[in-house]
Amino acid sequence: MAPVATPFFFYLLAATMIIGGILVITRKNAVHSAMALITALLAQSGIYLMLYAPFVAGVQIILYAGGIMVLFLFVIMLISIERTLKERQFNHQWLIGIVAAAALGGLFIAVYTRGKTLFPEGRLTYAEGQNTQAVADLLYGPHTGMYMFSFEIASLLLLVAIIGAVVMAKKRI
Amino acid sequence: MHAMLEISTLHYLVLGAALFLLGVIGVLTRRNVIIVLMSIELILNAVNLNLVALSHYWQGMSVRFGGGPGALHGQVFAIFIITDAAAEAAVGLGILIAFFRNKETVNVDEVNLLKW
Repeated sequence: MAPVATPFFFYLLAATMIIGGILVITRKNAVHSAMALITALLAQSGIYLMLYAPFVAGVQIILYAGGIMVLFLFVIMLISIERTLKERQFNHQWLIGIVAAAALGGLFIAVYTRGKTLFPEGRLTYAEGQNTQAVADLLYGPHTGMYMFSFEIASLLLLVAIIGAVVMAKKRI
Repeated sequence: MHAMLEISTLHYLVLGAALFLLGVIGVLTRRNVIIVLMSIELILNAVNLNLVALSHYWQGMSVRFGGGPGALHGQVFAIFIITDAAAEAAVGLGILIAFFRNKETVNVDEVNLLKW
């Protein structure tokens, strides 16, 4: 079966992501920014599917677009934003910030034009395999599970984050 | 000509770099804390995109040169980064709610209680 990873889909998803990113950093209303970010994240999960990473694509949709963005929207709802809409949206250092980002962009361009011979031309193809099973083998496998300890640390991190968020947001402890 | 149109690993890396730059500009120039946090999410997503693209590259290479099973370490790292992003968003938004309760604003310029 011919892969569907055509250049057209790549450019469509990439354009959606870039336009979504630009809208995130330029919109006045935080809700509009959140909506643009959700669009960009969904387009990114499409890119993950093109990269033969279906498990990461599913996690992206469920956790990012479904979980983290709902958290953002809830906080936007709890915080009154009427006053922020009338204020200036960009700080005094915006010019310096853009110059710094342009310097970083120049660095990226220099690195990628010099290093582009490292990567082979054209699309990489291979049998799709059992992606989710292979990821699970790396995480929990009895012989190949080299990330098991990191996984436990990640669960501890989430526990600390839950406690921290509750303590921070509570009025009186 | 046909090979030029095909999407290589470099295309994904350039897309990740563009998203990273958009996130950096958002963090450095915006005043609204919520949008700064969203820009940090953009940066983390750019890193994830790079990791998954390089994982794809390693899998393709190991098949091309008859190596073992494809290296999926990049995808596992991407999952860990998504976990970190969830923790960061929860703690950041908790801090934001505490800050809003004290100062009635979400402006980064007014977060200066620890300034000397």
